Amino acid sequence: MIAEYGQLALTFAFCVSLALAVVPLYGSFKGNQIALELGNPLAYALFFLTAFSFWALSYAFWANDFTVVYVASNSNSLLPWYYRLTAVWGGHEGSMLLWLLVLAGWTAAVALFSRSLPLQFQGRILGVMGLIAVGFYAFVLFMSNPFMLSLPYYPVDGRDLNPLLQDFGMIIHPPMLYMGYVGFAVSFAFAIAALMGGKFDSTWARWARPWTLAAWMFLTLGIMLGSWWAYAELGWGGWWFWDPVENASFMPWLVGTALIHSLAVTEKRGTFKSWTVLLAIGAFSLSLLGAFLVRSGVLVSVHSFAADPDRGLYLLAFLLVVVGGSLLLYAIRMNSVRSQARYELFSREVLLWGNNIFLLTATLVVLLGTLFPLVHKELGLGSISIGEPFFNQLFYYLVIPFSLLLGLGPWVRWKQQQVQPLLKPMSLVAIATLILALGTMAATQSIQANLALLGLLLGAWVGSSAIFELLQRLQQFGSITQGLTKLNASHFGMTLAHIGFAVLVVGVAMTKTYSVETQVRMKAGDQVELAGYQFKLVEVYDLKGPNYSGEAAELDVSYQGDYVTHLHAEKRFYPVQRSVMTEAAVHARLSRDLYVALGESLSEDSWALSLYVKPFVRWIWLGGLLMSLGGLIALCDKRYRRRTASLDQKDKADA
Amino acid sequence: MNPRRQKRLVAVTAFVLLLGGAIGAMLYALQQNIDLFYTPSQLIDGMGKDKVKPEIGQRLRIGGMVVKGSVRRAPDSLKVSFDLVDTGPIVTVEYEGILPDLFREGQGIVAQGVLVDATTILASEVLAKHDEEYMPPEVAEAMKGIKHVPPSQLYKESDKGQQP
Repeated sequence: MIAEYGQLALTFAFCVSLALAVVPLYGSFKGNQIALELGNPLAYALFFLTAFSFWALSYAFWANDFTVVYVASNSNSLLPWYYRLTAVWGGHEGSMLLWLLVLAGWTAAVALFSRSLPLQFQGRILGVMGLIAVGFYAFVLFMSNPFMLSLPYYPVDGRDLNPLLQDFGMIIHPPMLYMGYVGFAVSFAFAIAALMGGKFDSTWARWARPWTLAAWMFLTLGIMLGSWWAYAELGWGGWWFWDPVENASFMPWLVGTALIHSLAVTEKRGTFKSWTVLLAIGAFSLSLLGAFLVRSGVLVSVHSFAADPDRGLYLLAFLLVVVGGSLLLYAIRMNSVRSQARYELFSREVLLWGNNIFLLTATLVVLLGTLFPLVHKELGLGSISIGEPFFNQLFYYLVIPFSLLLGLGPWVRWKQQQVQPLLKPMSLVAIATLILALGTMAATQSIQANLALLGLLLGAWVGSSAIFELLQRLQQFGSITQGLTKLNASHFGMTLAHIGFAVLVVGVAMTKTYSVETQVRMKAGDQVELAGYQFKLVEVYDLKGPNYSGEAAELDVSYQGDYVTHLHAEKRFYPVQRSVMTEAAVHARLSRDLYVALGESLSEDSWALSLYVKPFVRWIWLGGLLMSLGGLIALCDKRYRRRTASLDQKDKADA
Repeated sequence: MNPRRQKRLVAVTAFVLLLGGAIGAMLYALQQNIDLFYTPSQLIDGMGKDKVKPEIGQRLRIGGMVVKGSVRRAPDSLKVSFDLVDTGPIVTVEYEGILPDLFREGQGIVAQGVLVDATTILASEVLAKHDEEYMPPEVAEAMKGIKHVPPSQLYKESDKGQQP
């Protein structure tokens, strides 16, 4: 019964989205105050209806209502309650409903937090959000309805949630990722609203910045969680596979990163305007492209949903309308925009321009590597796959100049920078870099490690430069303690995010260089040595869980005779889906991970096991975490609130 | 030409050269890393109109169904070999390491590796999907002519989601 109410709420929400797409936009062009003021209540209504609908589907999962087809295909009465709730977004239809909830949430947030913006501008933003919503609500309602019933003949029990998704990382990974994807819709709406008005100034950039930062922060977190999940759950010991769907989430991230830097230039200097708008359009279009790639079945990947050509066609058409429409508007409007500010060759503007160039080249690399196999196949030239080395090679060459620029960037002034005053601090940074990198290399005592040395050098360069720059900036306020209270939050955020990048680079380089793995055949009592660690298989025994059975292996690990830890690796069999899952055992430390995956049973008493020692692999996720934390701190900057508040007073004075 | 235009020309030329270089480098790297996908019959009879056969030593991907009873394990190591089939000819895959969780006889898999002789591939990676009824789309396409509907698929709903 509840499911029908959910369906009803979703239908109402679709109608509300139609109204949201029409009414405020009409008001903004006709100057109709009443129509404009309807925008906010419509946005709230959209959110509450969608939230109710989402709750109804969650309730159907909670209550094991297998009359709902989607519940029956993604849940089972034996599934623990927390996985029953997260199974809501375990399949295509439900994850689309989550997508709608996130979209409605962002729309309501825009309505709530931008009440201080000029009413006309706010109406246009909400209108564009409404237009996007119409596209997605229609898609869910007509092509992937999660509330479809199978009455009167419904199954006694469900087909169970894919065991891969029965993991803590999966509980939070999709919501974070969608917050990021859909968050770029807000940046997009800001850009389109500005294009409609034809007015770009630094206030526009200041309004758009916090929203873009928030979306970027969530996307960073989502990608990081996805990588961590793959590491923990797939049992391959890898953290990034250049899988097409990973790439689909990475492309908006790259463009989004370019966008937050370009927005900084637009806000502070009033230039790069048309470029910023183009990036905002690009980031959202790539999010849509991701949705198309994942949900149309054109990709072969662990991530892809079941294929349905109609859905793919709809999403492709939607993508083309969004990209085509916004580029058309851009072409018509952008002619009139002129940037006045001048800058010299050695200035922060040019360095940030360099940042954008490298980030976009990286996007192009990923786009090419992802789409080329599709094009190749569609042209009838046969199926191909593009190997990991392609991406690794090109990113290797891109990261070097990018990191060098990144170390220099924060030191350079806007407009023009003389070389002379930078020589002293930069040589200090260079010395610190050499000491840090060579010191670490000496401590690890290895010879054949060019990649690790390079990663350490780049990481230390970026990291020490960021820290020195922060100290120097703090001292400008008199003393460091005074500076700590006076320096604005966005500067701290930037420094933290840059340190996060440095940590990430070091993590990637060290893991790539020093990881060792072996796949061995072991009996109980056998001992294997890997990178100085002795892994001893103590026993293997049968296992019984709520919705699975399987085997578990117990291992003792010691390092040069000293006991380190006990590891517990599992291999689970889920009877409903008839699938086998590897639950790897991980012993994590900042300097290294020990990772064991139990393989197949080879004979009566011997087992295949994968053993890995992965130095510095935690640094990769730590880096991602620091980056998103940096985004969060930058979001807290007072000026995003203060300026809008003062503008509010100005509006009142005008009225 | 006035100085401003000249400056602009230099900037545009530099940009185009850089972009061209970058794309060139990308395409070169791409060419080095393309792996063609074959099914066992394509591997043996050749692919496409010209019946192109892969050369020995070439990196490639192969996808097919594992022949029942063909999995042979070495007694004291992780070496394993098995046969793949789609519509006719049989190809042997050799591999050392742990097979994926859902590797089963009679199920579709994809292997990435190097062709060592006309019908043998030394695999560096074996992939199977986490789904009992999964068949690589390329294999399904190649086997289109043959009726192959597992009984469980007859009542299976239109779709089943994987990870979003």
